[in-house]
Amino acid sequence: MIRKLLPFAKKYWVYAVLAPLSIICEVILEVNIPRIMAKIVDIGILNKDLNYITKMGILMILMAVFSLFFGALAARLASVAATGFAKEVRRGLFYKIQDFSFSNIDKFSTASLITRLTTDVSNAQMTFMMMIRMMIRAPMMLVMATVMAVSLNARLSAIFLFAIPILALSLYIIAKNAYPRFKIMLQKYDKLNAIIQENLIGIRVVKAFVRGDYENEKFCDIADQVRQTQIKAEKIVLWNMPIMQFIMYGCMLAVAWFGGNLIISGDMQSGQLMGFISYISQILMSLMMIGMIFVMFVLTRASLMRINEVFDEKIDIVEKENRITEIKDGSVSFNNVSFSYVGKDGTMVLENINLNIKPGETVGIIGGTGSGKTTLVQLIPRLYDVTEGSVTVGGVDVRDYSISHLRDAVAVVLQKNVLFSGTIKENLKWGNENATDEEIIEACKIAQAHDFIMSFPDGYNTVLGQGGVNVSGGQKQRLCIARALLKRPKIIILDDSTSAVDTATDSRIRAALRSEDLFTRIYKNLQSEKITTIIIAQRIASVIDADKIIVMDDGKINAIGTHEELLMNNAIYREVYESQQKGVVENAGA
Amino acid sequence: MPGPRNIKHGHALKPRDTKRVIKRILEYMKPYKIQLTLVMLLVLVSSGASIAGTYFLKPLFNDYIVPFIGQQNPDLSNFLRVIGIMAVIYTAGAAATYGYNRLMLNISTGTLYKMRTDMFKHMQALPIKYFDTHTHGELMSRYTNDIDALRNMLSQSFVQLFSSGITVIGVFIAMLVLSPVLTLVVVGMLFLMIFAIKKLGAQSGKYFREQQIAIGKVNGYIEEMIEGQKVVKVFNHEAKSKDEFDKLNEELFEASKGAHSFSGMLRPIMGNLSYIHYSITAIIGAILAITTGFDLGSLASFLQYTRSFSQPITLMSEQFNTILMALAGAERIFDLLDVKPETDDGNVTLVNAEIDSKGKLTEANRRTGLWAWKVPDGDHVKYIQLKGDIRFSNVVFGYEENKTVLKGITLYAKPGQKIAFVGSTGAGKTTITNLINRFYDISDGEILYDGINIKNIKKADLRRSLSMVLQDTHLFSGTVMENIRYGRLDATDEEVIEAARFANADSFIRHLPDGYNTMITADGMNLSQGQRQLLAIARAAVADPPVLILDEATSSIDTRTEALIEKGMDRLMEGRTVFVIAHRLSTVRNANAIMVIENGEIIERGSHEELIEQHGRYYQLYTGMFELS
Repeated sequence: MIRKLLPFAKKYWVYAVLAPLSIICEVILEVNIPRIMAKIVDIGILNKDLNYITKMGILMILMAVFSLFFGALAARLASVAATGFAKEVRRGLFYKIQDFSFSNIDKFSTASLITRLTTDVSNAQMTFMMMIRMMIRAPMMLVMATVMAVSLNARLSAIFLFAIPILALSLYIIAKNAYPRFKIMLQKYDKLNAIIQENLIGIRVVKAFVRGDYENEKFCDIADQVRQTQIKAEKIVLWNMPIMQFIMYGCMLAVAWFGGNLIISGDMQSGQLMGFISYISQILMSLMMIGMIFVMFVLTRASLMRINEVFDEKIDIVEKENRITEIKDGSVSFNNVSFSYVGKDGTMVLENINLNIKPGETVGIIGGTGSGKTTLVQLIPRLYDVTEGSVTVGGVDVRDYSISHLRDAVAVVLQKNVLFSGTIKENLKWGNENATDEEIIEACKIAQAHDFIMSFPDGYNTVLGQGGVNVSGGQKQRLCIARALLKRPKIIILDDSTSAVDTATDSRIRAALRSEDLFTRIYKNLQSEKITTIIIAQRIASVIDADKIIVMDDGKINAIGTHEELLMNNAIYREVYESQQKGVVENAGA
Repeated sequence: MPGPRNIKHGHALKPRDTKRVIKRILEYMKPYKIQLTLVMLLVLVSSGASIAGTYFLKPLFNDYIVPFIGQQNPDLSNFLRVIGIMAVIYTAGAAATYGYNRLMLNISTGTLYKMRTDMFKHMQALPIKYFDTHTHGELMSRYTNDIDALRNMLSQSFVQLFSSGITVIGVFIAMLVLSPVLTLVVVGMLFLMIFAIKKLGAQSGKYFREQQIAIGKVNGYIEEMIEGQKVVKVFNHEAKSKDEFDKLNEELFEASKGAHSFSGMLRPIMGNLSYIHYSITAIIGAILAITTGFDLGSLASFLQYTRSFSQPITLMSEQFNTILMALAGAERIFDLLDVKPETDDGNVTLVNAEIDSKGKLTEANRRTGLWAWKVPDGDHVKYIQLKGDIRFSNVVFGYEENKTVLKGITLYAKPGQKIAFVGSTGAGKTTITNLINRFYDISDGEILYDGINIKNIKKADLRRSLSMVLQDTHLFSGTVMENIRYGRLDATDEEVIEAARFANADSFIRHLPDGYNTMITADGMNLSQGQRQLLAIARAAVADPPVLILDEATSSIDTRTEALIEKGMDRLMEGRTVFVIAHRLSTVRNANAIMVIENGEIIERGSHEELIEQHGRYYQLYTGMFELS
């Protein structure tokens, strides 16, 4: 699973290679120490050779010191490699997500993308760290220590022929049985979190309906399930330690007995037995470590899979090679356009749309929820690609433009809009990085935002919290419109962007958008040019003065016309209109 | 979307008051007193067995091997017996290890269960104000990060610390018994080890703090950019956001590189210091053996002890930070548990009522459709029929002190009247309705409900008499049926379906894959905003309360659909006192009274016709729709 991510370690490959190498050096030194000790006992003490003891002793200390050096070095190298790897993966993910198209974004939830970039990346870092440290160390240690043990006494080493398979098998059985149980536990855990989350979001509903006790009961039930499944899963893993101890102790006793007999019969020396005992723990411990590594791998596998999912996601909006960078004018046309969010076989959200909008026109779109209004306008800046037919802007198919030029020319004020943390001015500069203060102020005046901005003590330097939490809904919408205007677009699309603005302000904004001198007011050196305005609205009042109004119904254009025409000829439009005007009509009659 | 917002600012790594936190955790573990004592005993047995196991090397060499070297037919029966005894001790040790781990599993899961449920129950009792001032992510992380840290501590650190401590002491004593001279070396090494731990700890601690801050920044940035991803695309801002991210990512890399380097070095350094110790012991031991006749068995077990001495010390130093972090998490949990819950001093309750043969209102023990307030009056009880008469007099309120949102609101709603609030966002419309059900308590003035001050009504009963349909509809995981039934838990399936018809939700529900049994996932993600609102209206209908509060209940329903549900809504409102907040003026025009709210004050009030005649603010708002035509 991690293999697919390995190219991200490329920048730090020297570290990633040197770390295991110095670990190998450390292990080689480490396994030799007990052997030298055996020699000190068997040769030094037996011959009462002080000289030999000091010589070998100093050698041993030197080896330990070098081993310490290599160990510390490996730790340093490995952490540079692993954190560097994590950095690159995080960067790769972020870049990839930045390049996502709208439909790519729709496939992943925001929360899940954030988890991938945070928790999952740190799991990947841990896995990588383990790979270059433990994955080398444990098998190396196992092999080297076994070689040493055999070289001390091959007959005695036969004990490991029993011990190693038994331990390995029991570790395997434990892991195999525990894994499905852990999976169940994690599912319960997710459910528990889901309940907490929905209670946090819906706390007012819970309180309003006095359902605290009911929710408590639900929560206690799932919390108990979490407890039960956790016990069930961990109960199995608990066996690891005692089994390990049992086998280790068993080896000790077997080595003591058989080793003792060998010494007595003169086939082995005391020091060798002492050394041998050291190898027992080195061998079995490293086996245990290998088992743990596998468990960790299993646990982090889901994380790596989630990361790979993002990398594997195919970005479905790509630019052509010879992209056009100039958008001639603000005309838009839809030619036999059909669209589905899930490709040709999915249900069509738009069907057979034909539409022509002239430069500078103001177009209103009216229709019920789910009639396809938002989908329709999002095809213009190529936020999605049409499934069939084509959309042109300035007479050219949108797929032939450079995406950034197209989107600069077509400003969309999204229904679900976002401001970012930073000052109001910084947020507005998203529209044009080089805008001067005067230009920003003028754009805000047009969007009817200037007055309320100035009512804040810090004016344009007022710091907005994340998501623009400290401005009201209507204020946020006006800031978003100003931000879009600063882009000097040829087409501006307002997707229900004035719903929280009162009707009088709304009409002032629309009047400004319709004026010839819209951009010359902001940017003095520009030629006057009328902007194409497309307005999606719930209120008839917001579209009543449009050059043409499109009535959408169930993914199709039901009718196109002016307010008066539609009022005469279109049943849907009339119905909507009447539902909104009833009061006044009655009032006028009274 | 509540994401992992908690990590944004990084978390405190240390508790403010360690002693107090430990005391409270122990309180939670009190029910397990006996089991905990047993755990300690078993840890003693387990550690004892491993210490004894190493000590066994001494007699093994001295008494059972060395004396028999070279003998032709050695009598090994004693040797065999001691092996048998050791086998028993070892088995006991392994069994004890299993035993205490198993017990700890019960203790830790039980404690966590208690803590989680306590926290959840407490959360349910907290005032709305608390949820206004804390993000979901922040509260969520109490249940995830903090509980997880605590779980690690309870299930591992706690026992490890104890057994490591026991082992270090036990090994030290055993060493002292074996050879006081060699033990001097141990003391020297111990100082060296502590020195290494301190140095590494200080360095890694510094970097860990930096890393924590850097993680906070990176995660905060990720969260913000991903939430605003579509805006980033629309403004061609990709390259800039990548640049900014690179900067933060690089900072994080530098900090975590340092943090991991130093913490990663701890194990190899301690392990190899122990090998140095081992080597020094071997030299001195060998010299002692030659010069003073230090026996081989003692040397063998002493050497083994030097290996098992450093490991528990390493473990303890590693656990130290984990424990501090877990305690800091526990402290945050206790902080949450210490937040004062909603106060409820009311003693007036809501009861089913009926008119007895004498025409007097009395309590009934079944659902009669008639409700009464049961007011304790000295020794007597008074019954007042629930009608839905609500009066505000001079109500003053602010979410924060010194910042009044409502400035002396006076209004009344007679039973069955429809009162509408109109005004711009932030004027205080929603606030007024939130005072009726006591989501917030007023600072001055009074609110009377059927003549009773709402302060004296038990909150649960007060809320049961009102039904709210909120601006944002929230659904819970479960079936559509269950979600509607949320309004009244004992409603039958027929009653639920009837309510759905009422709200015009029945037809779309029947079109769902499983009809009324369709599962709603993640707050109703699989339904449109309008459909969710229809469900919320049905939920209110099934509750059948005398007072109804509709806060922008139809804002996400297009006017055509709204026209369709209007009949249902009209039926729902019939005979009830209704407070309605709406952005669309067409939805409020048939109200008995319309209040125009501005800056926390009622600036105009009257019927639609009266207000239009006044040519005031309402008139402006209303005709604003038409000034261009």
